[in-house]
Amino acid sequence: MNITLHVWRQKSAREPGKLVTYKRGDVSPDMSFLEMIDVLNEELAAKGEEPIAFAHDCREGICGSCSMMIDGMPHGPQDLTTTCQLHMRTFKDGAEITVEPWRAAAFPVVKDLIVDREAFDRIIQQGGFVSVNTGNAQDANAIPISKEAADKAFEAAACIGCGACVAACPNASAMLFVSAKVAQMAELPQGQPERYRRAKKMVDQHDAEGFGACRNHYECEAACPKGISVRYIAQLNRDYLKASVAVAEHAGRSSGPG
Amino acid sequence: MKLDAKIPSGPIAEKWDRHRFEVKLVNPANKRKFSVIVVGTGLAGASAAATLAELGYKVDAFCFHDSPRRAHSIAAQGGINAAKNYQNDGDSVYRLFYDTVKGGDFRAREANVHRLAEVSRNIIDQCVAQGVPFAREYGGYLANRSFGGAQVSRTFYAAGQTGQQLLLGAYGALSRQIGSGNVKMHTYTEMLDVVVIDGKARGIVTRNLRSGAIESWAADAVLLCTGGYSNVFYLSTNAKGSNVTATWRAHKRGAGFANPCYTQIHPTCIPQSGDHQSKLTLMSESLRNDGRVWVPKQKGDKRASQDIPESERDYYLERKYPSFGNLSPRDIASRAAKEVCDEGRGVGPTGLGVYLDFADAIKRVGESTVAERYGNLFDMYERITGENPYKQPMRIFPAPHYTMGGLWVDYNLMSTIPGLHVLGEANFSDHGANRLGASALMQGLADGYFVIPITLGHYLASNPLEKVDTSHESFKAVENEVREKTKKLMSMKGKRTPDSFHRELGRIMWDNCGMARSTESLKKALQRIPALRAEFWENLNVPGADGDTNQVLENAGRVADFLEFAELMCMDALTREESCGGHFRVEHQTPDGEAKRNDEDFCHSSVWEHQGVGKPATLHKEALVFENVKLTQRSYK
Amino acid sequence: MASTVANDANLAKVAKQNHAMGWVRGFVTSSIGAKYVMAASGLALVGFVLVHMVGNLQVFLGWEKLNAYAAFLKSTGSLLWVARIGLLVAVLAHIVSGLRLAYLNKQARPVRYRKQTSMHTNVFARTMAVSGLIVVAFIVYHLLHFTLGVTNPADYALEDPLGRHDVYSMVVRGFQQPLVSASYIVAMALVGMHLSHGATSMFQSLGLNHPKYNSLFSKVGPAIGVLVFLGNISMPVAVLLGFIQPR
Repeated sequence: MNITLHVWRQKSAREPGKLVTYKRGDVSPDMSFLEMIDVLNEELAAKGEEPIAFAHDCREGICGSCSMMIDGMPHGPQDLTTTCQLHMRTFKDGAEITVEPWRAAAFPVVKDLIVDREAFDRIIQQGGFVSVNTGNAQDANAIPISKEAADKAFEAAACIGCGACVAACPNASAMLFVSAKVAQMAELPQGQPERYRRAKKMVDQHDAEGFGACRNHYECEAACPKGISVRYIAQLNRDYLKASVAVAEHAGRSSGPG
Repeated sequence: MKLDAKIPSGPIAEKWDRHRFEVKLVNPANKRKFSVIVVGTGLAGASAAATLAELGYKVDAFCFHDSPRRAHSIAAQGGINAAKNYQNDGDSVYRLFYDTVKGGDFRAREANVHRLAEVSRNIIDQCVAQGVPFAREYGGYLANRSFGGAQVSRTFYAAGQTGQQLLLGAYGALSRQIGSGNVKMHTYTEMLDVVVIDGKARGIVTRNLRSGAIESWAADAVLLCTGGYSNVFYLSTNAKGSNVTATWRAHKRGAGFANPCYTQIHPTCIPQSGDHQSKLTLMSESLRNDGRVWVPKQKGDKRASQDIPESERDYYLERKYPSFGNLSPRDIASRAAKEVCDEGRGVGPTGLGVYLDFADAIKRVGESTVAERYGNLFDMYERITGENPYKQPMRIFPAPHYTMGGLWVDYNLMSTIPGLHVLGEANFSDHGANRLGASALMQGLADGYFVIPITLGHYLASNPLEKVDTSHESFKAVENEVREKTKKLMSMKGKRTPDSFHRELGRIMWDNCGMARSTESLKKALQRIPALRAEFWENLNVPGADGDTNQVLENAGRVADFLEFAELMCMDALTREESCGGHFRVEHQTPDGEAKRNDEDFCHSSVWEHQGVGKPATLHKEALVFENVKLTQRSYK
Repeated sequence: MASTVANDANLAKVAKQNHAMGWVRGFVTSSIGAKYVMAASGLALVGFVLVHMVGNLQVFLGWEKLNAYAAFLKSTGSLLWVARIGLLVAVLAHIVSGLRLAYLNKQARPVRYRKQTSMHTNVFARTMAVSGLIVVAFIVYHLLHFTLGVTNPADYALEDPLGRHDVYSMVVRGFQQPLVSASYIVAMALVGMHLSHGATSMFQSLGLNHPKYNSLFSKVGPAIGVLVFLGNISMPVAVLLGFIQPR
């Protein structure tokens, strides 16, 4: 296959970037998109040029590292597929492909196609967990959980934290990410004690990071490589409303570290 | 190097209890005075960092990813074992212990394995409490599935994403501690060396992968939770970034490396499609619950799978191992696949593949049930190969997947460097010469949640430590070494990229130290590796600068360590004159081609002491004493 | 760890967060709270638009009915003012919150993509701010035209044989001017577009998303959009085509 790539090159966050064109012959349809770039990078390195920096690790669609806007779509044109699992057979011979990093104020570019997604971690740190110390747990079968609830929690928990939802959103909102984590816990009895506090704190952190507000375009759901549903956003809206309007802040007792 | 495993006395079932009573404790108010460095944030690292912080220790955690959630534990698919006996099928702690020792071909330390089986139950409890959405039955209780090497159903799972869900649980626990200020998280930071002061591990030196800054970090103890070294083969199921650097550098500072030749080749991976291939993708072993493995009976049979009649198919696992059949342990299933391919009966364009066929399962339970069980795996297979496994059988082939070898640790998970503890896949402790499916997640979390919080306290309480900070001359010295090495990597300006060396090394290792090893092949590898290493240090090309994100430089450092480590791995394989588990020496097999152990001479762990690059390492032996399990020829027939 | 009762500073902080000035402000300025503001004010406005349309459609019933309806509205007195103020609050909340969100959302992506492909959203959803702003401009004109009588004072001053404000003639004379009618038709197209996304989106913002009702919700917006468009343009079109004759 012959492919023409227009790749965003940017040395660092401080310097401006631009699209650079690379012509590729000899692309095998069995290559993954990243392997196609690997081969290009080997050639660039052999010429003493800097290879294209891009985030990747597991290459089996689960670590959430890869983050490329391919032809204007996060992770490219194939549904439910991360960039690392996207294969060149998806493209036509002679295709021109534009590759850009995720674009969001909360995801500053580090280099070329790599962006900083630590805003996601800071959101999780505000409550994306059940506060249970190791050793506290009772027997795993002590609380029956309906299969339906467990499956719904799992569907929400399938989020890989790649940021495609933010990349796709016309408003660079991370509501799908936040809602998936909140919903996972909201579906389970273990998540109930902190349910509203969690929703409130995580959304407030989302806003503080500079993500935009959801305007129900649903681009996120279409872009999500794990098919996470926007119904979790509606659920989050309800929980957030209740947390803000009906739950009083409570000074409580501090319980020391942890 | 003195190897004292510090196994507690008493009957095996009481050792851990007794040990927990006998260890010294750190007073709750004193815990915050101790600082701990945790390197790696996979299952072992995240669970350890979170739990230690909950106890009150001051923790610094490090990972080279942009987030702790990206560690490769996330990719584990099938499940996690626990001796819960929820199925009432005869499981018990003792049975899990026994299965694991036997599955490991009697090359693991009994006491550690028993402890692992004991705490396995607590792990499931803990994870459920964290909100890990394990699969459940309609009644609301936890579901189980079967895995290779066991005749009970004890594997807990979350579809084909169990590792992801467990890691997100541990990551949640860690995030909670980061949020409340008890753990300081250092992302994008790669550990490049351990600092040993007065014989004790007192800190690490790291490189910041964004700024290139070389920095020192001091602490009272260091935990390495940095995973395995399957990427020595270049092509493996590991993530691209997985590497041996942390454990190898610790080894060079005095930590014994145990059984490096014990590597696991996973039987069900998607075959390689071409030279561009950058990694191999695993198809969960759980597929063997319903898939049947076969090849044509005829050599060179090029017909499409559906054109081969039932009578001309060889379901070789069911034929050779009737009682375990398609669920034979990994090493056995892998070797059997290699054998039929060597005979010329392999399938697919390269002839390096066997069929994993779901036609019978689809007939029996229907396509929708099969989709519910394995849908995500089938989709993944189709995305990669372009073939639909509901319509035609999958093609699979073995691939390097897990490494049982690792840094030697005693019962307290401490290496031969006092203060340097090693957890999870990075240590050698629990799986012997072969790991059973769904046991890696169990071990990582056992070490992190339940073992290290006890044993680390014991070390800190019983060893007076002088105050040390990073201004100590040892830190400066190590920093300089790291800087020099980085400078050297950048300055050669040769012709070859690190990846090209890595690929070549991988080829050498796969051909000569892979599924079948011989004196001849290992000697050949031992000749070629030093030559390749010498070329690396003359002809390497790393473009760009080191004061900035430079992925080629990161990779170069890791390949440099693989080039040293590979030699030790081959040496270990050459010295172990027996076949056991994942280590198969062609000279040592039974007449029907099964692995033949030599318990008389090799019932020990081989622990290597570094003597300098290119110099033969010194071999020490920890004798393995089996008081509870009778050594037998492993049979799954 | 031993429990300790929260200290005074913490109590003071909590008291502040519980004070209405604190939490209401926090809520309406949060990304989700702002959605509720948009949805709730939007709901009020949709209600108004529908009632307003039904009332005006009485133009088809002749001048007696329409002028009587107008006189009835006037006669409610203070009640009318309560409605007007409520409407004004909803409009202002909708505009202020909408503009603020549009601004913040622009800030959230300071560097645009060179290439971006829509996978789900449509042009109506992407142009909410633009369609909304044009509609605001139209509303101003509409108020000047029919409510305040600034643009056409002569029409505004007309009285019917019963001595009532002759709304019927004012409307018909207004729509007899093709340019005026055209502006109403264009504006109603924009209102329809705005509602076709907005009135469906409202359900999601209010937290209503359920597999059993989603297909219904998804039809509500387009249905209201089409209804409002057709219902409202029927009047200028009927006047222009001569179906509605001057009194």
